[in-house]
Amino acid sequence: MADYLSQIIFWLGITLITLGVIGAMRRIRLWRQGQSSTVHWKGLLQIPKRYLVDLHHVVARDKYISNTHVATAGGFVLTSVLVIIVYLFGIKGAVLNWLMLFSSALMLVGAVFVFKRRINPPANLSKGKWSRLPYSLLIYSTTFLLLALPATGLLPDYTGSYLMIALLSVGVFWGFSEMYFGITWGGPMKHAFAGALHLGLHRRQERFGGGRSTGLKALDLDKDSLGVEKPEDFKWNQLLSFDACVECGRCEKACPAFAAGQPLNPKKLIQDMVVGMAGGDTAKFAGSPYPGVTGTYKGGAIIPIVDTLVPANTIWSCTTCRACVEECPMMIEHVDAIVDMRRHQTLEKGNTPGKSAELLENLKTTDNPNGYAPDSRMDWAADQNLKVFGEDTQQADVLLWMGDAAFDLRNQRTLRATVALLRAASVDFAVIGNQECDVGDAARRLGDEATFQRLTKDNIATLSKYQFKHIVTTDPHVFHSLKNEYPDFGGHYSVYHHTQFLAELVQQSKLKLNSTSLGDVTYHDPCYLGRYNGEFDAPRYLLESMGISVKEMERSQRRSRCCGGGGGAPITDIPGEQRIPDMRIADAKEINAGTVAVACPQCNAMFEGVVAPRPDIKDVAELMLDATVFEEAH
Amino acid sequence: MTANSSKDIAITTLLSVGQHPLSARPRRAEEDARALEVMLQFAPASMKALHAGDTADAQNLTVLKDYLGMGIPSIDVIPTSADSDAAEALASYLANAGDGQPHILLTGTRSEVGESSGFLPYLLAEKLAIPFVPNICDILSIDMAAGVAEVMQSLPRGQRRKIKTQLPFVASVGMAAAIPRQSSFGAARRGVINTVSSIDTVADEAQTAWKTEPARKRPKRLKVVKAKTAAERFKAATAKVQSSGGEKIYEVDKAAEAILKLLKEEKVL
Repeated sequence: MADYLSQIIFWLGITLITLGVIGAMRRIRLWRQGQSSTVHWKGLLQIPKRYLVDLHHVVARDKYISNTHVATAGGFVLTSVLVIIVYLFGIKGAVLNWLMLFSSALMLVGAVFVFKRRINPPANLSKGKWSRLPYSLLIYSTTFLLLALPATGLLPDYTGSYLMIALLSVGVFWGFSEMYFGITWGGPMKHAFAGALHLGLHRRQERFGGGRSTGLKALDLDKDSLGVEKPEDFKWNQLLSFDACVECGRCEKACPAFAAGQPLNPKKLIQDMVVGMAGGDTAKFAGSPYPGVTGTYKGGAIIPIVDTLVPANTIWSCTTCRACVEECPMMIEHVDAIVDMRRHQTLEKGNTPGKSAELLENLKTTDNPNGYAPDSRMDWAADQNLKVFGEDTQQADVLLWMGDAAFDLRNQRTLRATVALLRAASVDFAVIGNQECDVGDAARRLGDEATFQRLTKDNIATLSKYQFKHIVTTDPHVFHSLKNEYPDFGGHYSVYHHTQFLAELVQQSKLKLNSTSLGDVTYHDPCYLGRYNGEFDAPRYLLESMGISVKEMERSQRRSRCCGGGGGAPITDIPGEQRIPDMRIADAKEINAGTVAVACPQCNAMFEGVVAPRPDIKDVAELMLDATVFEEAH
Repeated sequence: MTANSSKDIAITTLLSVGQHPLSARPRRAEEDARALEVMLQFAPASMKALHAGDTADAQNLTVLKDYLGMGIPSIDVIPTSADSDAAEALASYLANAGDGQPHILLTGTRSEVGESSGFLPYLLAEKLAIPFVPNICDILSIDMAAGVAEVMQSLPRGQRRKIKTQLPFVASVGMAAAIPRQSSFGAARRGVINTVSSIDTVADEAQTAWKTEPARKRPKRLKVVKAKTAAERFKAATAKVQSSGGEKIYEVDKAAEAILKLLKEEKVL
């Protein structure tokens, strides 16, 4: 009778694995609809390491689910290998039986925890087919546990119990269907198949092994159609990455636009991309919708995405804060996909919403987003007696990049403070004055790659005329662009954010700071300094050097909540239920902070726009200026 | 009149290279871009854009590309040099267009650089012997059977006036018209610039005798706010100015005499 069961398992296994292989071929064909992109074959060998280290590192931010996943996935992989060895190749042995007992028991423990989590699932988890998965996991693990028990001799053989044989046959059929067939035919287990390949073939290989890759990819402006109009315009490895989504909804929990009730949910966006790639409609999606958006949308590989599959306001709600990318255990690049679609809307359709068209026009005609006279960039420094490259000097140790703060009364205070601090530390620095153009960050993130590349080339040409060792800027957006995006166009510089540079000066005792008594101070991590560039310590070090013990908000460092000022979001101004900066200041109020230290002119502008009563908003440089000990002039 | 028949007409928009007031960089002239927007929104059966200027100048070409980026598939360019009379070249191009002569010729009210006299649409209307409507902000309707069009004219302080005029006509589009659409890089790249070579250009004789110098800043009249309440301020900003005195003269000779008299009084002549 055990032979009967073995026969059943053998034929079910052969059939469903064959169907699974066919499904895999079909899925690969869907990905291959995408545009060509470098194939990182070597990455395939790295899959186990990337899964165990990089992916697990992200999953482990939630201990419950990381332990659950280790037990379930580990048990499943081991059990499946044993099933193939024992039942398909017919190799028997006591060791294998005991191993099978152990692995299926391990998986069963994991499955129980998966089941428990699903009893009252949080809003960020998808329902639908995902609600079926815990049952499938329980059935698969229980079935093979029950098969292993008599094989190891712990239980008597089921001989004669036809009911048991029938039940186990159903269990094998269900388990194999979900795990070997569904994995490539769009079932919830798809994340394992696509996810593993995605980890190996990821478009940003630098992200693994503790690396970072956050600069946007350059767009070839000579191509026929620019940006992504329809799903097949994505690179093939981007399509693959969409399929890796496990719908855990961590991105949804982290997304500031979603929390503000703007029509963006990163998880749904990725699922909509899957719908677009495979064809069909969004009716089966069983997670949170885009806030305020109802109805079913249709998509296909050659059907334009925006306004057919995804509402235009969805892609324009994103602040490019990268919180979703940071949280995603599958390392999906949501921001890349959004900017790709924005590029098409801006470059091909001329359809950038809100005041963006004005901003982009201003960048074309005046090199700054608000249309000020280009020769008035230095007006703020009329009383500063700054050295200007080309006029006063050809070389200096430090080039101070002023950025758009030069035109903004509030952020001029930060610039002044930075200038005073650099002088106090006797740093040899100069500015490029009116020759400076906007760095192009906003243009690029609004999809206007043409204007970004023009500004980039102009700036690189200007910078190439002078000798300097480092660039220092008070703007993390400038910092990010110069550091991570200019190299693609031949601009290689040693770039510092002012907090990094000032921290070095304090460390070298070139700046001496007094203790200040400011009350409770919290520090808001700017996305483009923190998540984009991994700098969390320098600003905190400076605050501590002033005797401030930083009170941390619940969302800080990697998980800092965006101020709402990135990615052109203040200009596209997509309506929501509340404003993102209000939510962030509420975070600060929750810990009774009297002062929010910031390190970015955008954050400064967004937070000072929050109505009083609210904490004071001060740049780290401003706080430092108050605490600096100035030595008497000689 | 049916909706279709109103579209069955030809509109041409004249485009010039503008200049940003602060950076002095060439750009889409704000009013010309609005004229183009009026045409694109009305979407007649035949749309044409026409430019007279220096095609060898790379910066001019960039600006023409910016116009193309608004979605007009091509721009016809009559090559003229700085010392030739653009009005003559445009008039002779339009007069010889035959069937291609537009029912409506749209321009801005004045160019952003150069003479900037605002005289070009008047000259063209005179040379083509058709009516001219200054400072419109929209084309409302066209009755091809009756040969009449209705346009919206913008007057100071936000006032509007509907005007009926016979086809064909010249109209200048002012800043009150709809904001021009965004120029897209892709459309700009696909758009075509056709050079019209058959037009003889005429040297601008008058210009040779002129001496140009940078404009000097004029003193500004101080703004005295008399209004005490918000309602009064609102009224001052929007209410129609009541003209006092003055008279309406309908006979051409008498009108000319009156103008002459005023110019003498003001010591212009």
